[in-house]
Amino acid sequence: MVIFTNFLTNIGEVTLGFFAMIGRIAIFAGLAIKHIVTPPFYGREFSRSLWHIGFLSLPVVGLTAIFTGGALVLQIFLGSSDLNAQSVTPFIAALAIVRELGPVLGGLMVAGRVSSSVAAEIATMRVTEQIDALLTLSTNPMKYLVAPRVLAATLVMPLLVLINDILGILGGYLVGTSRLGFSGHAYIKATVDNLEFWDVGSGLIKAAVFGFILALMGCYHGYNSGRGAQGVGRATTNAVVSASVLILAANYILTELFFSS
Amino acid sequence: MTDKITLKDLHKSFGSKIILDGINLAIPKGQSTVIIGGSGTGKSVLLKSILGLIDPDQGQILIDGVDKNKLDRADFLAQFGMLFQGAALFDSLSIWENVAFRLRQGKTKLSKSDARDIAIEKLKRVGLRSEVADLFPAELSGGMQKRVGLARAIAAEPEVIFFDEPTTGLDPIMSGVINELIREIVVELGATAVTITHDMSSVRVIADKVVMLHNGHIQWAGKVEDIDNSGDAHLDQFIRGDANGPIESVR
Repeated sequence: MVIFTNFLTNIGEVTLGFFAMIGRIAIFAGLAIKHIVTPPFYGREFSRSLWHIGFLSLPVVGLTAIFTGGALVLQIFLGSSDLNAQSVTPFIAALAIVRELGPVLGGLMVAGRVSSSVAAEIATMRVTEQIDALLTLSTNPMKYLVAPRVLAATLVMPLLVLINDILGILGGYLVGTSRLGFSGHAYIKATVDNLEFWDVGSGLIKAAVFGFILALMGCYHGYNSGRGAQGVGRATTNAVVSASVLILAANYILTELFFSS
Repeated sequence: MTDKITLKDLHKSFGSKIILDGINLAIPKGQSTVIIGGSGTGKSVLLKSILGLIDPDQGQILIDGVDKNKLDRADFLAQFGMLFQGAALFDSLSIWENVAFRLRQGKTKLSKSDARDIAIEKLKRVGLRSEVADLFPAELSGGMQKRVGLARAIAAEPEVIFFDEPTTGLDPIMSGVINELIREIVVELGATAVTITHDMSSVRVIADKVVMLHNGHIQWAGKVEDIDNSGDAHLDQFIRGDANGPIESVR
């Protein structure tokens, strides 16, 4: 009986802890949005974040896109050969890139780079009392640290994903024309003629949501980190893991919303 | 003499661990009060509770006789400057931007050039040359970072300055320099100073009044001249640094 009671207690604790964490993250997100839209605004912190999250993520996002686009075209070509439908390869590859792979892979790659560094930076500030120092200097850390990063990531991710889409299609184009015998003109025509604005637009909306999630997770785990090097390490890991899982979950929900009808 | 800060029955616990157990303390205006005590006796918690960085479980904090909770947060914080234990300089900002940080915030925000001029003046006041102004914190030694932290704490000429273990991690000579600077600056500004430290040489240079915390209570409070003849066994043990005595060495 005692074992059974302990078992139920443990399940209850885990469940309550999970919902409490969701509540804390929701409150944190609400505060972040409030501070994004109310002055004062820290333009310098915002532009620093744009540079750090946007420009410095270009190499990793670009390389991922090119190789993924190339591999995708190869796979689709091989699969469609069985059905004698190789001509749809450029369109299917482009569709997969702009709707799914561009935003999701871009989001995951930027989450790996940005969520971790944001979490580590803010956690280190917590450990070294820099966040306390901000408070004593009459500066709200949510406004100074969190709002600029979350806003920058939300705005810059669609741009990154657009570049990701273009480079992904370019990767597919290079493989398609050099290895699979497509003519350059036919490949581009098959891609452009069939893609619709909403295919790209839906991916960009997803990208903005993923940008919000990955920055928010970095800030949340950094801001609430434990003490010492272990606390910083745990904050970094939790930020990347939670951002990645939330991006994948949000991707499914958004896909249902955008395309299920 | 009026009191700048009054603490009434202040309590704070973390889980089952009681840190502050009914602290009553008056910090006189324009004087330098030093709070001593072993590690984990709640000295930092006390300072952070006054500043509002930690919420006490119970008790009242009065500033100039007015309950802290009735004061506007920005106006309240504008009265305070703080030197943190590790200086807590912002890594992404240059030295002058760190020093001038408060001057560039809020309703009375100064222009960049005015703020920079004041920052350089404050850096000189703590013995740092103007060439330091454009460096970043990581380029400075620990002692220099402490001086920059001190310059930041006094930049807006606050009425109250808190010093959290100002000489920790510094060599004896640099400790002496920082102690002298703190004493000079407190006298010069006419500020109310509250310092927490383990370092008895700091206490003798900085303090007008000494308060010893032990087990969440005030163990002893009095003038710095009286610490060697206090008749309090806890204070005597702390001053001598004895392993044996009423303060347990294993905590």
